Amino acid sequence: MGRKLLLEKDGIEGIRFYDVYRREGGYRSVEKVLKSMTPDQVTDEVKKSGLRGRGGAGFPTGMKWSFIAKPEGVPRHLVCNADESEPGTFKDRYLMEFIPHLLIEGLIVSSYALGSNVTYIYIRGEYAWIIDILEQAITEAKNNGWLGKNILGSGFDCEIYVHRGAGAYICGEETALIESLEGKRGNPRIKPPFPAVKGAWDRPTVVNNVETLAAVVPIINISGEEYAKIGVGKSTGTKLISACGNINKSGVYEIDMTISVEEFIFSEEYCGGIANGKRLKACIPGGSSVPILPANLLLKTAKGDTRLMNYESLSDGGFAKGSMMGSGGFIVLDEDQCVVKNTYTFARFYRHESCGQCSPCREGTGWMEKILKNIDTGKGKMSDIDLLWDIQRKIEGNTICPLGDAAAWPVAAAIRHFRDEFEWHVKNPVECLNRNYGLANYAEPLQLATA
Amino acid sequence: MSLQFSAEKLKKFNEIVARYPEGKQKSALLPVLHLAQEEFGNWLSPETMDYVASLLKIEPIEVYEVATFYSMYNLKPVGKYKFEVCQTGPCMLRGSDEIIDYIKKKLNINIGETTPDGLFTLKTVECLGACGYAPMMQLGKTYREHLTKEKVDAIINECRQNAAMNN
Repeated sequence: MGRKLLLEKDGIEGIRFYDVYRREGGYRSVEKVLKSMTPDQVTDEVKKSGLRGRGGAGFPTGMKWSFIAKPEGVPRHLVCNADESEPGTFKDRYLMEFIPHLLIEGLIVSSYALGSNVTYIYIRGEYAWIIDILEQAITEAKNNGWLGKNILGSGFDCEIYVHRGAGAYICGEETALIESLEGKRGNPRIKPPFPAVKGAWDRPTVVNNVETLAAVVPIINISGEEYAKIGVGKSTGTKLISACGNINKSGVYEIDMTISVEEFIFSEEYCGGIANGKRLKACIPGGSSVPILPANLLLKTAKGDTRLMNYESLSDGGFAKGSMMGSGGFIVLDEDQCVVKNTYTFARFYRHESCGQCSPCREGTGWMEKILKNIDTGKGKMSDIDLLWDIQRKIEGNTICPLGDAAAWPVAAAIRHFRDEFEWHVKNPVECLNRNYGLANYAEPLQLATA
Repeated sequence: MSLQFSAEKLKKFNEIVARYPEGKQKSALLPVLHLAQEEFGNWLSPETMDYVASLLKIEPIEVYEVATFYSMYNLKPVGKYKFEVCQTGPCMLRGSDEIIDYIKKKLNINIGETTPDGLFTLKTVECLGACGYAPMMQLGKTYREHLTKEKVDAIINECRQNAAMNN
């Protein structure tokens, strides 16, 4: 059983409320930093931990913090990115819903490190009931002296406010999030300037994911050095994985990044195997944006090693034979699922979510959606497959923000690994409406996996 | 201007505006639009948007461009109960298409339509972050998860009963 740092207290009766959370050792990290550490020492501890951004990009958090500009007399802000919208991802929701004080505690410590006296949680509008939970937790923290003026007599002031979004995936991109926080459309900004220099209201701003900020609490409690010992290589600490699709036990799991993909899918401790006795066909291991992998490439790396659930191992083999850790949204497809259909739903998603600023993304996502819909419904042509490939190539790298790449990658990977399935749809326009392509040549290594 | 927030909502409005730096009251626009939608019939009419603009001391166009960008603002009237069913990959893998078809038949409406009695609107939405509990829909402030046909029946009955009680 892996070590638990974030979900350690999950399941304790009443942990959502302050009294129980405090009784179980909550807010110790705030006491520690305010009484015995300087803000720079906190940042150093986070640097030592090797913590990487848990929203998807995996950028080292301590380094991101050290970039924040500190012009005299200009307020700085920490903004927590709780816009969780990447298909397959529902881990931040779990943390906020069941252990809200862990996030609040992490926010206070991180705000102290960054010198943010007013910190915002930008939460997706659909998580309406979670806003109530967070606001209650903030009120409880404030009533007990963890927020407000001169916290614990340290001279540090901090307020936390929840800012409700209104339905836009793009607002998970940090500059779009800042625009949205300023009351505008979520159009990403051109960088530079980076938010660390000119962010919300032109003030230095750091935007971090919910899980990242929650992880600061155990880092302070056990020290950055100890945190870095968990995991492997540059994948330090623990990671929340939200597992979904055709598995027996969907849900949010905390892993220490040393377990194998095979163990994660098939062991009783985690996903509990494929649902209904079916076989594994494919998996999208890090949210809809990352490349889909057929089972035979999923369980072993390009070098033939056992593939592990961490940043390096999941991306081993590049896009030709690997994928990415991404946000930890782990989507499993069984033998009865259609890769064309699944890719079509993603293309529709990205078309819906494109902000429309850059023409390759605005137009390209719409074209990809239409072509995929045609192929899925038996109206496709063989040349459509190459056309799709061409469109995704022309979106990738040609947009202001990474949404363009995120839209291109799933289409590219689906064609790269499942081209035969696309061709079968084109060649069998009637049959493809009534049955799925099935496992085909992806089957063989699976018998090994399930044996 | 004929529209006016209730005293309670006006208090909430002032609380929201106070969260942002002075002179940056436009930042309150998204949460205030939610508030306005709640207060004025669950949609944002041009009058409502103009009222919000006047409260925040910004141009009406600044409100329109935001209201049309985000998917949660209703730009036309909707039913008392809006079923927002997720159709993205992870939900599709768990049978959301069948649930959507079932709701269509059961309520005799298409996607985007409202029942003639004004009770139900059916909308398909993109990923709501409930992939592990699929298929699912948003109904008001909460999520209804692990949907089956039986659960959909129960939800429809529940809504009808609530509506009858409130009449």
